[in-house]
Amino acid sequence: MNNNSTGKMQMQADKQIALAGNPNSGKTTLFNELTGSRQHVGNYPGITVEKKQGTCIQDGYKINIVDLPGIYSLSAYSIEEVVARDFLINEKPNAVIDIVDASNLERNLYLTIQFLELGIPLCIALNMMDEAETRGMRIDEKRLSRILGVAVIPTVARSAKGKDQLMAAVMEMMSHNKEYTPLEISYGSDVDSALLTMIKEIITADFLTERYAARWTALKYLENDAQMIAAGQEKNPVLSARLLKIREKLARHLKDTLDTYPEAMIADSRYGYINAILKQGVVQYSHDENKLYLSDKIDKFVIHRFSGPLIMTAVLVGLYQFTFAYSEAPIKWIEAFFEWVHAMAASALPPGLLQSLVVSGIIDGVGGVLGFVPLIMFMFLGISILEDSGYIARVAFMLDRVFRMFGLHGNSVMPYIVSGGIAGGCAVPGVMAARTLKSQKERLATLLTVPFMNCGAKLPVFAMLISAFFVNHKAQIMFAITAISWAMALLAAKFLRLTVIKGESTPFVMELPPYRLPTVKGLFIHTWERTWQYIKKAGTVILGISILVWAMMTFPQLPEEKELMFAQEQLAMHSAYPAAVANELSIKIDQKKLSSAAQALKKKLSHIEGKRAEAALRHSLAGRFGIAIEGISKWAGFDWRTNIALVGGFAAKEVIVSTLGIAYSLADIDTEAFDSLSETLAHSPNWNPLAAFSLMLFVLFYAPCFITVVTIARESGSWKWGFFSMVFNTIIAFMISVVVFQAGSFLGIGIRP
Amino acid sequence: MNRIKMREMDDNQKGVISAIKVAGELGRRIRDMGLIPGTEIKIKGRAPLYDPIVLQVKKYILALRNSEAEHIMVDVDEQ
Repeated sequence: MNNNSTGKMQMQADKQIALAGNPNSGKTTLFNELTGSRQHVGNYPGITVEKKQGTCIQDGYKINIVDLPGIYSLSAYSIEEVVARDFLINEKPNAVIDIVDASNLERNLYLTIQFLELGIPLCIALNMMDEAETRGMRIDEKRLSRILGVAVIPTVARSAKGKDQLMAAVMEMMSHNKEYTPLEISYGSDVDSALLTMIKEIITADFLTERYAARWTALKYLENDAQMIAAGQEKNPVLSARLLKIREKLARHLKDTLDTYPEAMIADSRYGYINAILKQGVVQYSHDENKLYLSDKIDKFVIHRFSGPLIMTAVLVGLYQFTFAYSEAPIKWIEAFFEWVHAMAASALPPGLLQSLVVSGIIDGVGGVLGFVPLIMFMFLGISILEDSGYIARVAFMLDRVFRMFGLHGNSVMPYIVSGGIAGGCAVPGVMAARTLKSQKERLATLLTVPFMNCGAKLPVFAMLISAFFVNHKAQIMFAITAISWAMALLAAKFLRLTVIKGESTPFVMELPPYRLPTVKGLFIHTWERTWQYIKKAGTVILGISILVWAMMTFPQLPEEKELMFAQEQLAMHSAYPAAVANELSIKIDQKKLSSAAQALKKKLSHIEGKRAEAALRHSLAGRFGIAIEGISKWAGFDWRTNIALVGGFAAKEVIVSTLGIAYSLADIDTEAFDSLSETLAHSPNWNPLAAFSLMLFVLFYAPCFITVVTIARESGSWKWGFFSMVFNTIIAFMISVVVFQAGSFLGIGIRP
Repeated sequence: MNRIKMREMDDNQKGVISAIKVAGELGRRIRDMGLIPGTEIKIKGRAPLYDPIVLQVKKYILALRNSEAEHIMVDVDEQ
């Protein structure tokens, strides 16, 4: 009785299910179907592979679902494989759903076999049954289930078909407390006998048995698995060395007799085992296997030698047009909203420090950042379409030869694109995306150069400067900026690979997944997740930084005698006019109804106020710094206001816009007359298209924001690289800006007559 | 029957993999992706700069570099 009730209690506690499978097997689609919007994205502790988690309610139980990264094998080739393997072994989920792409049954089962060898509670979702059928495959899932000894449920994740049956099977599996024994297959007599010897040794010494089954440990030693050998070396170096010796002896024997390797024998045996299963009437082909499928037909053009690069360019340019055209209206709405909030707060709060903090520090700072949310949303929507459709892999394929030239990898394209290779990314996830690169050197070169890309936080700066100075060439300038960022990143990567990080290149071998129509739900979730990350950053880091920058620009305040001087000047101005005029100013708010004398007085008064504000800003901490380096920065065309903004930009690039905004709204006399910062700059005598272009280049290349610097330090495992990126990038950026500004000034390009 | 390296194969040529002549990480990766002796493959073409190679393996498409195809031996029909 007592026992029974504890059993029931356990059943009611949270259950954890993991989704595992090959990339492109429909795993994430199934995850979205199971969890809906009840999901969140985080990171695995200590590393940066995305950890997608969600919950679903089934039969009254709350079930945690983890979407493991897509993998082909449990061989610790990539960080994804290590993450998935560690999760399955350490977290021991109550059930693992293995999503198998039915149309690529054999290769998908290669992973399934390894799950079974690991001995975990497995349930197979035989996905994409519709695609398998159109390819003329008939799969007998009942027979497959019988042979493998696990439940096999046919599904079509895109239309949620089979979802309920799958969950029912999983619930059924979790309800009995079965012991899952690892599958043992034969890898040939030589390997098998070596395995037996090793297993005996492992069991006798109780070697790593608290984590792994003895057979698994032995198998991984034979496969020369770096992670397992490192763990073994630490635990028991003597036994580890003995196991390696057994492997070595086997390797020599296999080389001499069969001209092969232990890991090759093991892989071949797994495929042999799978073939034996499939031949027992599991799969039947009803029509021609070599028929051209839609994907092949599309690829005939899309990766064609001549049309491929043309289509790729068109897709990337199209993405810009799409992003800019559709985000324009919502950006205007958000701007209008924040202008309204600004006005409300300004009239509700009494003038003084608090009003200044709320209006200039908080509302303008956050408003400036949120105004670009639509831009980022449309950009991510576009990228999600390219990713989910399978096109991104084609880009990696077509660009690999080019990337290799610069000491990078075809997969470097992903970090580059995430960072803003297609304008609007972010270097923080970009640096993290570099995790998919196996080779340390290519990874380091990639993560040190991705901050050069045109990230979403730089976009507001460019958009503002473009609408001020290049309003008729919006798309062209944006495209040019992105092209320049690519060129610079690649050249810098080559430079690094030839100097600081020299070395060989790593395997490329990758799948070009079949083209698939992205699902609306998937696109929505991907876009929202990424946009939400940006908004969260805006709401937390940027708000804090915005307040910090406001404080830097406000303190120390002007000394009292100076304040008094300005006050007296204003008083004197008042008394120069008849009392009626001054009175008129304090009553009428609408400027158009003022008499001409009152208007003149108002203009003179605000001129004095502007001088005061400018004096105050010059007096502040930020002003002092900006002025101190103006002597050097003027070579690139930057005045002290720009310098302040650039310092703020180290905190986060989008802060450049809000800082410039604060700088001008505090110090400029005519701000009220203009709607936006870009108009203020367009009419400022200190600015011209050349200075704007020089600033754009500097912003593109100079020190990454501090969040990126921290990420680089963490990802590269050393603060050295974090500091390196700050110094190296700023020097490069300054050199480029100086050259451009000086050459432009000399040739008279982009200067106002 | 003729045994050649995969990188020497022509576009649209078919063959059966006879051996993977590389150990370590690259060898393991090649096998994990389903390229093992006995597998029928067909070269679909090459990237715009003639590298990497695209090939069909069963029902899926793989891409690999010339330098990687160097290690894969393929039996092809005499031409």
